[in-house]
Order: sequence, then C-alpha cells, then structure tokens
Amino acid sequence: MSQSTDKAAVPERAGSSDVAVELADVTFGYDPARHVLEGISMTIPRGKVVAIMGGSGCGKTTIFRLIGGQLRPQSGRVLVGGQSVPDLDRDALFALRRKFGVLFQFGALFTDITVFENVAFTMREHTDLPEQLIRDLVLMKLHSVGLRGAAQLMPAELSGGMARRVALARAIALDPMLVLYDEPFAGLDPISLGVIGQLIRKLNDALGITSVVVTHDVYESLKIVDYMYFVSAGKIVWQGTPAEVQASGDAFVRQFVDGEADGPVPFHYSAPSYRDEMFAHA
Amino acid sequence: MPSAVQSGVAHSLRRLGRFATFHVERLGYAARFFVAVIGNTPAAFRRLHLTLREIYFSGVLSLIIILISGLFVGMVLALQGFDVLQRYGADQSLGVLVALSLVRELGPVVAGLLFASRAGSAITAEIGLMKATEQLAAMEMMAVDPLARVVAPRFWGGVVSMPLLAALFSTLGVFGAYIVGVRLIGIDAGAFWGNMQSAVDFRQDIVNGIIKSAVFGVAVSLIAVFEGYDAKPTAEGVSSATTRTVVLSSLAILALDFVLTVFMFRGVS
Repeated sequence: MSQSTDKAAVPERAGSSDVAVELADVTFGYDPARHVLEGISMTIPRGKVVAIMGGSGCGKTTIFRLIGGQLRPQSGRVLVGGQSVPDLDRDALFALRRKFGVLFQFGALFTDITVFENVAFTMREHTDLPEQLIRDLVLMKLHSVGLRGAAQLMPAELSGGMARRVALARAIALDPMLVLYDEPFAGLDPISLGVIGQLIRKLNDALGITSVVVTHDVYESLKIVDYMYFVSAGKIVWQGTPAEVQASGDAFVRQFVDGEADGPVPFHYSAPSYRDEMFAHA
Repeated sequence: MPSAVQSGVAHSLRRLGRFATFHVERLGYAARFFVAVIGNTPAAFRRLHLTLREIYFSGVLSLIIILISGLFVGMVLALQGFDVLQRYGADQSLGVLVALSLVRELGPVVAGLLFASRAGSAITAEIGLMKATEQLAAMEMMAVDPLARVVAPRFWGGVVSMPLLAALFSTLGVFGAYIVGVRLIGIDAGAFWGNMQSAVDFRQDIVNGIIKSAVFGVAVSLIAVFEGYDAKPTAEGVSSATTRTVVLSSLAILALDFVLTVFMFRGVS
C-alpha cells in the first residue's frame, strides 16, 4: 500500500481517548464469499474532519454503514467512542446513535413534515424539552445553515442544496459527538457545493464535533478536510493530509485527483481480448 | 431418454423446492414482522397523534369512495332483489334481503376490497418510497425505530378505520335500497323497515359483520405495511409491492370471508 511518508500527520493510534472512530483490520462482504472490504484499518481523531474517498462501488459507503452499526463486519473491530459497535445490542446501539448525526446522500428528509419539524424530530423523540425551547433550538440550527426563513416550507419545496442544508441542521440538532456524511456533495451546483463544504468545516470547528465525510469529490474535500483515506477495491490504497495528496506522485492519487480515465482504476471492465472477440466470427 | 426425463424431473423438483422455501420463509418473516409490530404498539400509542393522523388518511380520506360505493351497491341490490322477490310474492321482504346481504357479507367484503385498493396501496407506496429515499434508514440512524414511528401507527390506523368504513358502507347501502325500493318502486316503508328490524339479529348479524370487518382490517393493514417495509428500494420494487398489496389483500379477504362465514353462520337458517 502506498502511503504518506509524513508520519507526524497520520492520526493518532487507537486506544487514545482522542480517537473518535477506529476500524481495525475490518473485512466485510454482503456475500460471504466475496469481500467488499478487505482488512481495512483507519483511525479518526476527535475534532477532525476526515474524508473517505474512492470511486463508485469501492466500498466507502459500506465503511459508513459499519461505523453506524447498520452492518456487522465478518472480522475485525469497529470502535466508536471506545465502544465496539458490532457487539452492542439494539438498545445500546440506539443509545450510541443518539450521539450521532447523519447526513444521507440526498438528505433523506421526512417528506410528510415541514422543515421545522424535520429539524425538531430528534428533539421531540429523544428529549422532553419544552416547546418554546425546541422552537428556539430549531431556529438556531436553521439559522446556522442560513435557512431560518424556510422553516415552514415542506421538503418538496426545497432545492437540492437547500434540502442538504436542512438535513445538516437536522444532523446537528442534538449537538452530536460525531457526524457522518454520505456523499454530501453529490448532485449539487457549484455554489451549493461550496456552501455545504464550508458548513461542514465551520460546524465541525464551532461545535467541537468529529466529521467523517464519505465522498468522491476530491476538490471540495481538499479544501475542508484534515485527513483523507483513499479506498479502492475494498482496500485503503493511500492516506494523508490534503497537502500530501496534492504533492503525491502516487499513481492512484494522481488518477483520482486529475480525473484521468485510465490508470490503476482501469477504464475497461474486465473482458476477453478485444481482438479475439471482434474476430471470433471471422 | 431416462437421463433427460430424470433431469427434467429434478429441475422441476428444484424449482418447486425453491418456490416453497421462498414462500414459507417469507410467511415466517411476515409472522415475525407482525409480532414486532404488535410489540411496538405501546411505543406507537405513546405518539397517539400519529395513529390519529393515520386514521384520518386511511379512514376519513376513504369515506367518499366507501359512501358512494355503498349507496350504489344498495340501490342495485334493491333493483335485483325486487325483481326476484316479486316472482314469489315476497317483495315486502326487500329490506331484509338487502340488510342481511350488506351486514353479513357485502359490507365487510366490498368495503375491505375498496379499503385495500384505496388505503392499503397508499400505505405500501408511502412506506416503500420512504425506504427508497432512505427515510427509514435515516430514522434508524437517529435511534428511532421505524416500526414504532412509521409502521405501527399505519397498521393501527387501518385496523381502526376498517370496521367503521364497513359499517358506513352498509348504512349507505340500506339507504340506497330504501330510495330505490320505497321511493322509486313503491314498497311500503313500514314493511321495509319493520321486516328488516325483526329479521336482523344484533349478535348474529351485526356483531359478526363487525368481527369480519375487523379481521379484514388486520389482514389488509398487515399486508400493506409489510409489503411497503419489505419493498425493494427502487421504483419498480415499490410498484410491485403496491400491486402485491392489492392482490394479496383481495385474496386474503375472500378466503378469510369464507372461513369466517363457515364458523359464524353454521346452522343459521
């Protein structure tokens, strides 16, 4: 595995109280005979914004689901806040998830309730806060993403970027210790993309949370994250800080950053010889 | 050729085995799902406003189709019933014929079929789309159980609505028969209502009709929420699940109606 040579920049090792999430030698496959992830190890320190990057189908969303306890690894450890996620029973897992914020790929807002009620959702479900306080908190969260004025709109009335910002306000509603972002930049126009990126960074620093961003958007990630893991074919093929990524001569990183069609990730899907196939009937 | 025959038989047996295994497994999954929904009932009732909201969506919004259908079914029953009864000089029993037909059979069954088409399909589509757009996954990740928050309120909304809708269907049916039989054809109003009152037994006819509609409500609501929750999270998956809800609910209503009728009206003259 190619890797950044600057060891000082690599996140601290597991076992430290400063570690928010740790995956150690994790192997997983939806089909036991075919592994999606193969011996993945990564450490995500508290208070940092860390990106997990890779092309479509490389296994990065599977990592997201393992951290959230939606999937259990076939082997290896997944620790969040020092707790082994696969070993938690349902009640303990739900207790842990109350400390999470999650932003799904297209927001996943509840379409039958207003923007206000979407942000208030976890407050109503998990707390007994008085209505006035919920109102104030919701308006504060919406104000932080610039959408206080959209509180009474329905999700169907929002643009894609606005929906993502509301989902972000909902994710931070209960001041979580960890926020997971699944493709937060997918399908956004350049302005919305920049807004979401800046919000992820600013909210992370202002609230002192830890952010894990699963994405394939390398340019936006370079601007906002502290550390990056590159995943390909179920393995971590490179890791480093944004500065190291830009300076890297690694073939995979260069193909990914420069958006080249061919390289370590081949353009062609595995197939028999072109010549043999074309002249098979000659 | 023996080997080809053997191979064909083996292939057919394998397909039969796969078919049986798939459906038995699915039935078992549905049974566990039903137990889980019942287990989440207290949590759902703590959010009573959600169940009330579902009663509105499943029940109140189904009123138009139920009431209009009930009215027309009653009117047609009166026309057809009068045609037959007058041949035997029993046209004064039209009220009895209509009332017993509606309360015992047509009310619960037709209202159940309409409910499956109108509300059951909507429940399946809504839950299926919530799954396809990751709303259920988002809820789980927010430590909120979708079974308690989404599924159980819709299930109980359907269970409560169905007997009320069936009762309204029968009521409007009787009213429709009154309009045709008494107002248009000219049957004596006293005979119409009096014979009906003396022939319809509260315990034997009305209560059994209510029990039937409650059972249909449980069946249709369970099928609707299960198919939605189990739908493949794609446009095609939600479409198939919605179709399955209507087909399975209709078959379940007709089959359950036969079984319940055998037990309820055994020996009744």
